[in-house]
Amino acid sequence: MQWETVIGLEVHVQLATQSKIFSGASTAFGAEPNAQASAVDLAMPGMLPVLNEGAVRMAVQFGLAVNANIAHRSVFDRKNYFYADLPKGYQISQMYHPIVGKGEVSVNLSDGSERTIGIEHAHLEEDAGKSLHEDFQGQSGIDLNRAGTPLLEIVSEPDMRSAEEAAAYLRKIHAIVTYLGISDGDMSQGSMRCDCNVSVRPKGQTEFGTRSEIKNVNSFRFVEKAINTEVERQIELIEDGGEVQQETRLYDADRDETRSMRTKEFANDYRYFPDPDLLPVEIDDTYINAIRDGLPELPDAKQARFVTEYGLNADEAAPLVQSQALADYFEQVARGSGDARQAANWIMGELARLMNQNEVEIQDCPVNAGDLATLILRVQDGTISGKLAKQVFEALWNGEGSPDDIIEQQGLKQVSDSGEIEALVDQVLADNQAMVDDYLSEEVAKKQKKKFNALVGQVMKASQGKANPAQVNDILQQKLTSSD
Amino acid sequence: MSISRDKIEQVAWLARIRLEDSEKEALEGKLSDILGMVDQLQASDTDGITPMAHPLDATQRLRPDEVTETNKRERFQAVAPETQDGLYLVPRVVE
Amino acid sequence: MHTSTLSELARALEAGETTSEALTRETLERIRAHDGRYNSFITVAEERALEQARAADQARTEGRAGPLTGIPFAHKDIFCTEDLLTTCGSRMLENFAPPYNSTVAQKLDDAGAVCVGKANMDEFAMGSSNETSYFGPVTNPWGDGLVPGGSSGGSAAAVAARLVPAATATDTGGSIRQPAALCGLTGLKPTYGRISRYGIIAFASSLDQAGTLTRDARDAALMLNTMAGFDPKDSTSLDREVPDYCASLDNDLSGLRIGLPKEYFSDELSPEMAEQVRNAVREYENLGATVKEISLPHSHLAVAAYYVIAPAEASANLSRFDGVRYGHRCENPQDLNDLYLRSRSEGFGEEVKRRILVGTYALSAGFFDAYYLKAQKVRRLIQQDFTDAFNEVDLIMGPTSPSPAFAQGDKTDDPINMYLEDVFTIASNLAGLPAMSIPGGMVNNLPVGLQIIGNYFDEARMLNAAHRFQQVTDWHQQVAPNGV
Repeated sequence: MQWETVIGLEVHVQLATQSKIFSGASTAFGAEPNAQASAVDLAMPGMLPVLNEGAVRMAVQFGLAVNANIAHRSVFDRKNYFYADLPKGYQISQMYHPIVGKGEVSVNLSDGSERTIGIEHAHLEEDAGKSLHEDFQGQSGIDLNRAGTPLLEIVSEPDMRSAEEAAAYLRKIHAIVTYLGISDGDMSQGSMRCDCNVSVRPKGQTEFGTRSEIKNVNSFRFVEKAINTEVERQIELIEDGGEVQQETRLYDADRDETRSMRTKEFANDYRYFPDPDLLPVEIDDTYINAIRDGLPELPDAKQARFVTEYGLNADEAAPLVQSQALADYFEQVARGSGDARQAANWIMGELARLMNQNEVEIQDCPVNAGDLATLILRVQDGTISGKLAKQVFEALWNGEGSPDDIIEQQGLKQVSDSGEIEALVDQVLADNQAMVDDYLSEEVAKKQKKKFNALVGQVMKASQGKANPAQVNDILQQKLTSSD
Repeated sequence: MSISRDKIEQVAWLARIRLEDSEKEALEGKLSDILGMVDQLQASDTDGITPMAHPLDATQRLRPDEVTETNKRERFQAVAPETQDGLYLVPRVVE
Repeated sequence: MHTSTLSELARALEAGETTSEALTRETLERIRAHDGRYNSFITVAEERALEQARAADQARTEGRAGPLTGIPFAHKDIFCTEDLLTTCGSRMLENFAPPYNSTVAQKLDDAGAVCVGKANMDEFAMGSSNETSYFGPVTNPWGDGLVPGGSSGGSAAAVAARLVPAATATDTGGSIRQPAALCGLTGLKPTYGRISRYGIIAFASSLDQAGTLTRDARDAALMLNTMAGFDPKDSTSLDREVPDYCASLDNDLSGLRIGLPKEYFSDELSPEMAEQVRNAVREYENLGATVKEISLPHSHLAVAAYYVIAPAEASANLSRFDGVRYGHRCENPQDLNDLYLRSRSEGFGEEVKRRILVGTYALSAGFFDAYYLKAQKVRRLIQQDFTDAFNEVDLIMGPTSPSPAFAQGDKTDDPINMYLEDVFTIASNLAGLPAMSIPGGMVNNLPVGLQIIGNYFDEARMLNAAHRFQQVTDWHQQVAPNGV
């Protein structure tokens, strides 16, 4: 049977406010345990929440960035459950009237196609604290510094049909929130977290299958792996005559498997109701429009501009706009070198390869944009060959100096002096009489061309790659023709 | 409306209230009485009426995004039953 | 001095006839000598009070005295007072000394008032007889074996016994007005949002409102002048100017339109009670007011709506008492749920547990619409009744409670009967309207309360009406036979 995968994502984004969503405590990372837990965050008796305008503003920014309806009136509800990291015994969230309504984002896939993924809504809520499981005489320690950090939960429609789409969607959300500057989007630190709702159904069926929710998926790579693993599990289960249970599963990256979380004695019943300590949030068009006017250029607009301004095609532009920093880097290289296509090729080729290999982000890349632009210029002006440029690039990566210093010190300058090249050609022809004869006696044009190239290779080798290949071609051609 | 023993147990679990069997028995009667009284609501005509969550028709005031709190951990933890190294202690949490 | 009202004491202090230290010593002495009979205090703050008194005297010599400077008073033990035990009448908070002040406590501190101690109350303000306190029942100075009403029974008994001239209190469904009625006092619950709830241990957040128990309306006005006002730490506090409530006390009442809801004179009210209330209203006619019958057609639903909404909110508000950060923690918990279950079951009394269960039930899946949402709709109908009524009249008057003080133990086994104690007071909490109770007559030598309900923010008019009544009657000057 042909199966179709249906995926919806719930992405929690920690908002980059200075203070917490309902208290004036700092949200900075790395403080001593509970040093940033105020009386409100600790749910001390009589403490009351007061909403942070910064969190509202950031939610609206996101909503506008995904073309969503912004609710002029939204309401905070209490989600009731007991847990060690939840001091009030309820989480303040938005169940019935979220601040951001339906919206959408488009994603580019590896086959060059583009898909639109719906956003069902996004709502504001507060983060919980952390349980630390080091042993405190058999007990756990609770740190509530994170409690009350604002979260924007972005809930997608079940619009994704493959793990690749899900990962692309997540990347897009990441790009949008980091472009907006409303989150650092750091998945390894938990500033962006993702739960995946996954189900399968026979191709052609319209009803959804029973879904499971995978928690704890904390990197882009794991999103794809976790979904693929879960899809395989579900298909196998059904094909073996089993049934998928609606449940929460945990992804174990080490074993690349999902496993069921322990079920509770009674099912959870969150008993949502409007938080009587908070009033409805009303925002007007003046507020919304002022935020709209201040929005930065977003990934889609930037991608479109890269196509028109730099003559890239959409496929080339899409990966460049994944992060603001990468896009900025590209623009500096493109402007510095005057060759946008070469800039894109270098960034998505050599630079991406070395970044991947060394697990480095563009912000920490050792090759600055100006040096890469210079390197491209040196290829353009014939100072070095394209092939040796890669060697220069590696040297730049390793911090061996500026492009010109490296070319100079390593003697990589291209030889364009025709006398010097002619001498090289003569030497090669003299040393390889058999090859020359072979070339001259060949009658099939195609084969003869191959034999010619072999001779070019010999000349390049003799020049240690520094000879200008076009000149080598011309001179060799002349010599062989005249000796004909 | 009367409330069943099962429902009392479920609700008590949600509220994390432990009840002795004798208490459950007494509660069955009293909770049923209370819910019976509350059931008067059902007879009222509330078609088209918007639920009222709050007595005042006011809207949420927004606080500027500023850090106004300082570290008062020692003060706060002075009233805590059990702490260590700045952490609140609870029986081991199993994930 | 102890027979003096707050304003008389203020005059004496102002005139230099006494000092705050002398007053405070006398007050502490009387509490020590007599409170064994009433049990109106949970905590007496001798040292702290004397310190405050000396500071108040100092402030006076420096010309920094206001009307409340140096006046001894009691706080209901629901107001968080920094470093002073705040139990909320519960074992749960038996040892809780908050590291912060409630806004009300701060304002009274700042005004130089001297808090001599924390008044007994029904546990978490849940009760109408002060019999649910973990610290034992309070006895009404009007007769041994009689309840003072609740939940602010300790505050009321302390003022009625002339231990203190004034006490703070809170009113969620009648907890200021019903004890005022049963103890022969002036009790004022202002408009919801008039006094900050910050630092007041929450019972039902959309209903709770702080207020005062005093001997007369002038004293209530003096207290309200200090306690009222906008607080940025309470989202439900209203940013609205606070008038001088003393300035309008003597205004002429001619033309005042008074409405008597026919529903408040039904079977719940004995003919003797009804007669006293009607006699009191007749005084208003003598003062130039016009009186007409009005209807609040949904009155009969108020208790039912209240016993959904208040427990629902309370069930969430009381989830924070989990034995982790403060409050009662059971011995040797086996696991997290054991910690919750035993700490809460040991820490909360029977009535509190009952209301938590009712509230949890009303919010649980399958019952939310039928109970919680339905109650909220009825709440709007009740509010609408008042809106309609206030189109025709300026003040609404009626009984405060169905009967005068009753015997301890009479209603403890019958929650419904106890709940009906608040049948006339609950509606104004649901609507958020200001309301007060003043002594308006006697039945069987026990005080009868006259309830006055005003329109939103119309406290000045209510206090004016109460004051003018007290100038022509002496019900408020009757002294409890067991007073001292």
